[in-house]
Amino acid sequence: MSTAPASITPAVEVTHLRKVYGSGHTEVIAMRDATLSILPGEIVGMFGPSGSGKSTLLTAMALINPPTSGQISIRGKPVMDGPLALVDLRAFRRQHLGFVFQKANLIPFLTALENVQIALEVNDTAPKLARKRAMELLDYLGIGARAHNLPVALSGGEQQRVAVARALANEPSLILADEPTAALDSKLGQQVMELFAKIAHERHAGVLVVTHDYRTLDIFDRILDVEDGMIQVRAKSQSPAASP
Amino acid sequence: MNLAVRDIRHNAGRFAFTSVGIGLLLMIVMGMGGIYRGLIHEATLLVDRVGADLWIVQGSTRGPFAEVSRIPANLEDRVRAVPGVAEARRFVSHTIQREHNGRPLRMVVQGLSWPEDRGDWVPLVAGRPLRQAHYEMIADQSLKLPLGSRIRLGKDTYEVVGITRGMVGSGGDGLTFFTVGDAMAIQFDQPGEAVRLERAARRARVEGMDLGRLQPLLLERAAGLSSGIPAFAAPQVSAVLVTLQPGADEATVRRTLGTWPDITVYSTQEMKDLLLSGMVDKAKRQLGLFRALLIVISTIIIALIIYTLTLDKIRDIALLKLIGARNGVIGGLILQQALLMGAFGYGLAWWIGQYAFPNFPRLVLIEKEDLLSLAMIVVIISTLASLLGIWKAMRVEPNTVLSA
Repeated sequence: MSTAPASITPAVEVTHLRKVYGSGHTEVIAMRDATLSILPGEIVGMFGPSGSGKSTLLTAMALINPPTSGQISIRGKPVMDGPLALVDLRAFRRQHLGFVFQKANLIPFLTALENVQIALEVNDTAPKLARKRAMELLDYLGIGARAHNLPVALSGGEQQRVAVARALANEPSLILADEPTAALDSKLGQQVMELFAKIAHERHAGVLVVTHDYRTLDIFDRILDVEDGMIQVRAKSQSPAASP
Repeated sequence: MNLAVRDIRHNAGRFAFTSVGIGLLLMIVMGMGGIYRGLIHEATLLVDRVGADLWIVQGSTRGPFAEVSRIPANLEDRVRAVPGVAEARRFVSHTIQREHNGRPLRMVVQGLSWPEDRGDWVPLVAGRPLRQAHYEMIADQSLKLPLGSRIRLGKDTYEVVGITRGMVGSGGDGLTFFTVGDAMAIQFDQPGEAVRLERAARRARVEGMDLGRLQPLLLERAAGLSSGIPAFAAPQVSAVLVTLQPGADEATVRRTLGTWPDITVYSTQEMKDLLLSGMVDKAKRQLGLFRALLIVISTIIIALIIYTLTLDKIRDIALLKLIGARNGVIGGLILQQALLMGAFGYGLAWWIGQYAFPNFPRLVLIEKEDLLSLAMIVVIISTLASLLGIWKAMRVEPNTVLSA
């Protein structure tokens, strides 16, 4: 378990989160009692075997999979109390959260620029300004030259950078990344992870990365292990093989 | 950013093919409306153009366009004597089918009340009105009888001296204009043998009577021309057309004529109503049902295509929801696509119709109000068609993007 220092408002704070699927004899406990917080500017890695509850925790924090019990606060604002939504979740997602997935999940009929622009426009940014900001983000991530290409014309790494740019578009408090390097070769994977670290440190966003890629351990400020629906904090020097 | 247009651009082929299909269906819907309008136009064309205030037809009948109407030709003289009547004309109309240059030629024979009416009111695109009492005719372009051509009808040959365009009868057959005398000659023409047999029969009947045996001259008369026998009725016409004097009260004239038991009087509007209720009403209902059916089919096709396009975008829709897009953005994407598909199909229908409809054998008359009402229908069916896709999109969970 990990908690934030009292003086800083965490990017996200999860308290005693429990998630149970089904009921009776079909009941599956996906998350037993998870408590964690991620500070602004902090990049946290989350490791764990398949079925350990990583995705459940991630989707709960993404406000698309309500917990059975427990609380979630983002930037100090309580947003979920058990399955009860305390805010307009969709509006909250577009204002405070950014997502990156294993696959880039770009909209195929939009160019790289438009894929970023749409995230801004759904958050009520004027189209002209949205276009300008989207272009700045693509430049920041080093793919400005590919801005007018459709996703099909981009390499895997380029697509993932566009996805990162989209996640950053509304300057979210929290970026949730689900195995963002799984579809990339090691060099590209390393680049993307360094990009997350840069974003966390330069833009003061909390970043949670679910990954199996142990080569990127050095990137993270903190590492969490999830197993059987429980979270354990690991010392940074501890290798996964050595973890309990 | 307009997502609908960008998605369509991405799926241009599928969108175009579907829109062409929708366009062809809408063209048929549009065309059926045009055929109905054309039927009305053609049915009422003559009544409108002939310029009569009142139509006098055989008593207790509904006039020459609905059934057989026979009134004596000299009725026009009686009518002229009625106060308020400026002019009375004999009207003869019947449809014949003959063979000309090896092809069937079907035409409506229209008698003009010579010499008062020479067809000056007939809209000519070439040639001139009638100038002589016999053997001249005006023909509609649809009959493909060129100016100056000669055609044998009955025992006489007629020369085409004038050409009209779009002058057809309620059955779609081209109109031809003759003098009343010629029109009746064509109508009552009998083969020579039939005439000879009739004369022989008359002679035999008279011979069997005392009067015939005592008066040999009667036998000669009976075996001669029908027109030379005073006991025989004069040839009959279909109707008498009345033009009222300026300022004359139509109701008063009708009241006077209404006291004559052998005739029935209709106003021009009543004659048109009779035509439409009798001949066009069933066609209207038939075409209306087909139109409704095609509109339903169009709706279903648009709905299925939009639904399929929505299914193809499930991940994208889930992603849009995940990044916080409002339902309006997603619903708008689907609705706009349906409307664009409908609009594209409608435009295509109109465009193809411009070239296709003039080649149809019957008049297809596309009126502005019909175009507007069809446009409204397209908007409605496109909106309805999008509901299935919107319903599906609204049910998509944002975490679909993670599980896929």
